[in-house]
Order: sequence, then structure tokens, then C-alpha cells
Amino acid sequence: MSQHESSYKPGSRAEQWLDERLPIVRLAHDTAVSYPTPRNLNYLWTFGGILTFCLVVQIVTGIVLAMHYIPNDLMAFNSVEKIRRDVNYGWLIRNVHAVGASMFFFAVYVHMARGLYYGSYKAPREVLWIIGVLLFLLMMATGFLGYTLPWGQMSFWGVTVITNLFSSLDAIIPGLGTKIVQWLWGGFSVSTVTLNRFFSLHYLLPFVIVGVVILHIWALHVVGQNNPTGLDIKTKADTVPFTPYATMKDLFGIGVFTLLFSWFVFFAPDFLGHADNYTPANPLVTPPHIVPEWYFLPFYAILRAIPSKLGGVIAMFAAIVILVFIPWLDTSRVRSARYRPIFKWFLWFFFFSVLALGYLGGKPAEGVYVAWAQFFTLYYFAFFLLIMPIVGVMETPSAMPRSIAESVLGSGKPAGAVAAPEKR
Amino acid sequence: MAAHTEDATRRDFLVVAASAFAAVGGAATLWPLIQQMNPDASTQALASTEVDVAPVKEGQAITVMWRGKPVFIRHRTKAEIEQANAVDPSTLPDRSARNDALPESAPASDKNRTKAGKEQWLVMVGICTHLGCIPKGQGLSDVKGDYNGWFCVCHGSHYDTAGRIRRGPAPRNLDVPAYEFLSDTMVKIG
Repeated sequence: MSQHESSYKPGSRAEQWLDERLPIVRLAHDTAVSYPTPRNLNYLWTFGGILTFCLVVQIVTGIVLAMHYIPNDLMAFNSVEKIRRDVNYGWLIRNVHAVGASMFFFAVYVHMARGLYYGSYKAPREVLWIIGVLLFLLMMATGFLGYTLPWGQMSFWGVTVITNLFSSLDAIIPGLGTKIVQWLWGGFSVSTVTLNRFFSLHYLLPFVIVGVVILHIWALHVVGQNNPTGLDIKTKADTVPFTPYATMKDLFGIGVFTLLFSWFVFFAPDFLGHADNYTPANPLVTPPHIVPEWYFLPFYAILRAIPSKLGGVIAMFAAIVILVFIPWLDTSRVRSARYRPIFKWFLWFFFFSVLALGYLGGKPAEGVYVAWAQFFTLYYFAFFLLIMPIVGVMETPSAMPRSIAESVLGSGKPAGAVAAPEKR
Repeated sequence: MAAHTEDATRRDFLVVAASAFAAVGGAATLWPLIQQMNPDASTQALASTEVDVAPVKEGQAITVMWRGKPVFIRHRTKAEIEQANAVDPSTLPDRSARNDALPESAPASDKNRTKAGKEQWLVMVGICTHLGCIPKGQGLSDVKGDYNGWFCVCHGSHYDTAGRIRRGPAPRNLDVPAYEFLSDTMVKIG
């Protein structure tokens, strides 16, 4: 579809010599310079670039922090404080890393919502979407492991509660859950052994993410980018080359994103964290109100909405795994919600539900909070399992432009546009 | 012709045998890498703790560490014991005594969760069976929940004066570890 002819011309004899042996410059040119992108991409499409930026920032700051951090229960908390107070520019590097985790998740949620709204999960982009879900899971694992490392009260009790989720398997095979939990801990409770292995894995997973990101970009370049109309690229008039158009737009997007990022780093580095995590971990006292980081709250609310231990755990994991199946759950042939007058409203209410679950996940699990969490959890699953298949069949899509170029330039056909109206 | 057929069979055999051998070898190599994460012998060796409970007055409770976990030791009052005995164990959410010294089928009566003649001492692992928080109720001024025992603030589980789950998301009663009285006031846990 958008597999394009290579337009790379080696400029010198040296480049030609290299190209015949390892066409790496050609690969870079075809991927990041001549690659045709739809001409109507809006700023939501800059979040791929923003996420790449976030990943690089986390890896660079993380490697530096690992030079000063000590993964030991007696020294971890103090080593983080030393980084903040004593290490040269440690305050900056640590704040960028901590805020960076939140920014990373903020960007990934926008990126996912964009995919849902414009139908980027639909054929032929199913594999691209599934790799994305895998990346989201890897990010969650990395974020969770990383939050353990400062070894404050929230770190310690967050790990205790989340690893204990596996003990719910005792309800299926008695003893199995407990065995798994002790295997994860390397003992009978969360201890320095647990901290040390979590540090090791926290260092490993970002590089796994890099590998999977390469697959994600590869899959993207095979099927081509979606766009706000959801129409396929039909002619050259529908596209512009990646460089300079997408490159510059991405860089501008990253620049604006960096403003938000910097505001948190310099003016409110702890705003997104929790005060209890500045109390060193104490295995004998549980803080009165344990909450995960904000980016896990919607899933935490789903966990607590189900009044059964195993049921809650299953629902929480199902809430993420269900995303893998939506390319087939959505029965509509129209990609973009822009032309789906009924689905659009259900989708906006879905976005609202996720935000509402996020709010409820931060509240105590009692009274009306639980009732509302149950309502929104029900809607969360109903949206995927009922609304997506049913609305897709029933709905009459609204009128669509005939091509990407027409959606931008109006119906005065640009030269070269082929009349291939898509009547669906 | 015959030799040709024989060759093919022989090759098939070699491929299957070599693959099977490689698979077993792979699994054997993986095993140490998985097993290294389990609690090692030095961790398991820290399996018992001795506590002198003489200073604990009636109505008080202490928390001691055993295998990195808190163990609650409560010196219960007469009223608390009566309150625990007044409940029919067959009406409880978890009917098992959860006592390491007894089989799983033992009913969750107060008698089965304590030692005969030492009913005033309740010894339990102080970890909520829901998601592992430490329930409140050890301190004299702590909230003790609706059943006057322990209350887990994380997700709202109420335990009674015998440490049995009465209301909330926790699936099991608090675990009673293996323990014995070495003397009148010396307890060995584990």
C-alpha cells in the first residue's frame, strides 16, 4: 500500500561503496526522509515522536541514576535522598526521571485514545495495534518496578499489594499463588532480595521496549499511517514526504510537550507523586490509604470494583488484554469516528469513564465510590463487548470526503487525483 | 532402494533424538535460572523466633517479626474470648481454622485457633489475607473494626477477636503459624 520505491541516491563514491555493502543510509533515508505521510495529519500524530523522546529521556536519566542508586533495603531510601541533595545536578536528573514516567504515561494515553478515535486498530493495522498493547504492558511493568526503587512507604506497600495479586491463584489451585508470590519475593515477605531483583529487571525492560518499538515502527511502515479521515492513501497528492513535513511537526510537538514536562520538573516535581513515599519503608506499618501512581488508577478502580479477590484480579488484567481483540470486535467498515455519528458519543463516554475510574481509584473503596466504580467498570467492558460489535452493524456513517487530498483542499480536485469515491 | 528408505528413517530418528535432547538440555539450563529466585536456605533457616510474653498485660498486644512478617500476639480479655466463642463457626465466611498445627478441615472455632489451656493468647500472622496489608488493632487506641478484633484499612476487611474474617474482601482467616509454649510465658514461633 504505502510501500514506496526507494528514492535514495548515494551522493558520493564512499556512500555508494557503503550502500552496496550495508544499505543503512538507504534505510534511514527511506524511513525518515522520503517516507510518504498523509498530508492531513493533525497534532495528535506527533505523540509517536513524543513517546520516542520520552523513552530516550528515561533511558539516559535512568543510566545516570543507576550510577548513584544502591538497591539495598537499608540504603536505597537514603541513596535516593543523596541523589536529590548531594550528587551534582542529581536533583535535576532524578526529577526528570520521576516526572518523565508520568509524562510517558500521559503521552501513551493520548496516543492510545487517538488510535481508538480514528480507528487505527482496524485492518490492516491489527498487528501494529497489538504490538502497541504489548508496549503498554511493558511500560506498566517497568513503571511498577521503578516505583519500588525509592523504597518509601508507598513503594513497599505498593509492591506488597500488587505482588499479592498473584496469591489470588490460590483460589484455583491451593498453594500455587503463594508459591508464585514467594518466588517473586525470594522470601516470605518483600525484602532487600526483592528490591535487588526489581532493580535488575527495571534496568532490563526499557531495552526490551526499545526492541519492541522497532517492531512497532516496522509494522507502521509496512501498512502506512492512518489519518484523521481514516481513508487509505490513493495517490501521491494524498501524501507529503516525512522530511521536512512530519519531522518538523514532530519536533514542534516535542518542543511544546517539553514545556509541560519542564513545568513539572522545575515547579512541581512531587505533584504527581505521593507524600507517603518520603517516609522510609516500614514492614510493620501499612499507610492508611494505599494508592498506586496516577497512571494505574483506572485499573486499580476496576480491581476494587469486583467484590472477589480473584474476580478483581481477572477483571483488571482483562481490561488491558481486551484491547488486543478490538480489531475484530469493531464491526464497522469506517475507521474514523469522525464519520460515525452514533459510535462517536459512546466513545466519548468511554473516555469519560476511564477518567472517572481514575478519579475513583484514588478514593477509598467504600460507599458510593464502589458503586460508581462498578458502574463505570461495567461500561468499560460493555463498550468493547457490546457497543463496538452492535453499533458497527447498525450505524449509518455520515458522508466522507472522497480522498485525503479532498478533505484538505476541498472538492476542487488537485492535479493527479483519481476519482475513486469510496461509497461504503 | 532399500538403503535409501533406511537412510531417511535413520535421519528422521537422528533429528527427533537430537531435538529431544536439545529440548531437555534447554529445560535443564532454564531450571537454575528460575530456581535462583526462590527463597534460599539461609532465608528458610530464619524460620523460628522466641518471644517472652510475660510483660504483655491482659488486653494488650505485641507484634514480633518472624520470617520478615509481623506476628500478632494478643493477650485477650475474658469478654473477648466469650465474644469469639459466641459465634457458630459454620456461619463464618471462612470455616477453616487456618491453624498450621491442624488439618485444613478443622472448623474455625476459637478453640482450634488457640492452644488448650492458653486460650487467652492469640498468635497469628498479622498480614491481611486479601492483599497483604497490616491490619489495625494492635494498639490500644487503634480502630478494631466492627467485630472488635482487627480492621484492614486498605480495602476494608473486618476480623473478629479470634482473627477470623467477618466482612470485607479478604478470603481467609488470619493464619495461625506453628508455635509452642516452651514455658509458661516463652513462645517459640515457627
